[in-house]
Amino acid sequence: MRLMINKIVLILSTLAAVIGIGFLFWILITLTIKGVSAINLHIFTADLVDNGLRNLLVGQFTLALMAVVIGVPIGMVAGIYLQEYSFGNKYAEFIRNLSDVMMSAPSIVIGTFVYAIVVNPVGHVNGWAGAIALAIMMIPIVVRTTDDMLGLVPRELREAGVAIGAPKYKVIFNIIIKAAKVGIMTGILLAFARIVGETAPLLFTSGNSEYFTMDLNNEFPSLTVAIYNLATMPDEKLVNLAWAGAFLLTLFVLIINLIGRFITKEKKQ
Amino acid sequence: MIMDIKHFSFTYAGASAPSLKNINLPIEENKVTALIGPSGCGKSTLLRSMNRIHDLYPGNKYEGEILLKNLETKKFENILEIKKENDFINLRQRVGMIFQKPTPFPMSIYDNIAYGLKLQGKKNKTELDEAVENALKGAALWNEVKDRLNADARGMSGGQQQRLCIARAVALKPEVLLFDEPTSALDPISTGAIEELIVELKEEVSIAIVTHNMQQASRISDFTAFMYLGDLIEYDKTETIFLNPKEKRTEDYITGKFG
Repeated sequence: MRLMINKIVLILSTLAAVIGIGFLFWILITLTIKGVSAINLHIFTADLVDNGLRNLLVGQFTLALMAVVIGVPIGMVAGIYLQEYSFGNKYAEFIRNLSDVMMSAPSIVIGTFVYAIVVNPVGHVNGWAGAIALAIMMIPIVVRTTDDMLGLVPRELREAGVAIGAPKYKVIFNIIIKAAKVGIMTGILLAFARIVGETAPLLFTSGNSEYFTMDLNNEFPSLTVAIYNLATMPDEKLVNLAWAGAFLLTLFVLIINLIGRFITKEKKQ
Repeated sequence: MIMDIKHFSFTYAGASAPSLKNINLPIEENKVTALIGPSGCGKSTLLRSMNRIHDLYPGNKYEGEILLKNLETKKFENILEIKKENDFINLRQRVGMIFQKPTPFPMSIYDNIAYGLKLQGKKNKTELDEAVENALKGAALWNEVKDRLNADARGMSGGQQQRLCIARAVALKPEVLLFDEPTSALDPISTGAIEELIVELKEEVSIAIVTHNMQQASRISDFTAFMYLGDLIEYDKTETIFLNPKEKRTEDYITGKFG
């Protein structure tokens, strides 16, 4: 009887795993086949207006990079506060939980929020709004990683820093952050991978543009929003362009994730 | 005498009873004073009061006095009265500390030692080089690391890391060095090297050491204080403590009847 149950559980869990992985591979294979066949040199040199992806790729990357510039310092400082300065403060645990909840906030809600506080007052969609929406998505992740990684640094190292006469802020910035550097960097990288593929926060914040631009004060091109738009077009040429974009985006996110994992592995050895 | 602890009591934040009760203990100049006693007796707590490292965590309560001799004015100053950040920094550079686990900073061997010196305001490169070399020689580490001063300090062996931490503290030219079970994480050979070093170091600094190892206390210390449950039971010359203790509890602990 016990052996039977054992077998049944084994079969069921194998089946579940096969179904899960099966769908994943289905997606990846379809994406690769359709994506690779749609890729050619033209899409890297032409903008959307000429059926290319150049402005979209640059735009997506710029938005994500600006989000990093805005979000990482805020997130890191908040994480440092939580781990190093909030000792005995009852609000700290509340902030920590709130930040964790923010991590799973629906991205469309964040998009709407930024629409209300940035796009509405300015009067039109713009690149900054998109970058801010992505930054808001990123901050809780950076807070959490910084908090956790600093928490892993042994207490003795802080005490040793203080014991040679360093003021607290110097201990934190010269010693503790350095000791946690690899972990924090990996966290930032993974947060970047998370936001670089987001559509919802950009949909009505940065909008989209068919032209190449670096002006964040106006509507700004992004690959994800363009894929969303192109995929529903009747023209097959444009749909193929969406496939190519989707494939490139997936590849990019995959590579960043792999780098993140590689760094973590290196560190463990 | 370089430090004098008088009627000192210490209560941890949130604790109802004090962890140290009315401690009176002198730390003699250029001698090694060992603090021994079973786990939880308060010996580490006492040691950590002597550079006020407890102040990293808020809410702890000190009572009584811990006097530290100012080597220039020859006057004793109560370190429990320190409130300003600058005075804390000054205190910790005068009273250095070595921890149980080696704590190399995540930087090069050279920078580990230069870091504290730079905090003291030394910037001149040749001066720094010289001070680093002297500190490493003082910790019997120079010959092992002179060719890789720029290597990450975390790549060294445990014993080397601990000697680096000693070098780092010695470089600041402290008056007192506090050792908190410095060899309990090390193998016997590294332990021997550290013990030898401690005996050499007392020419220049006064030393207080917490140890679980009674042989170690008898080997390297000049004075020994036996503590039990937050009280200082007996303090005397190490010889006397180990051969002719006055208190029954001291004798029982030293002969291994409890602890």
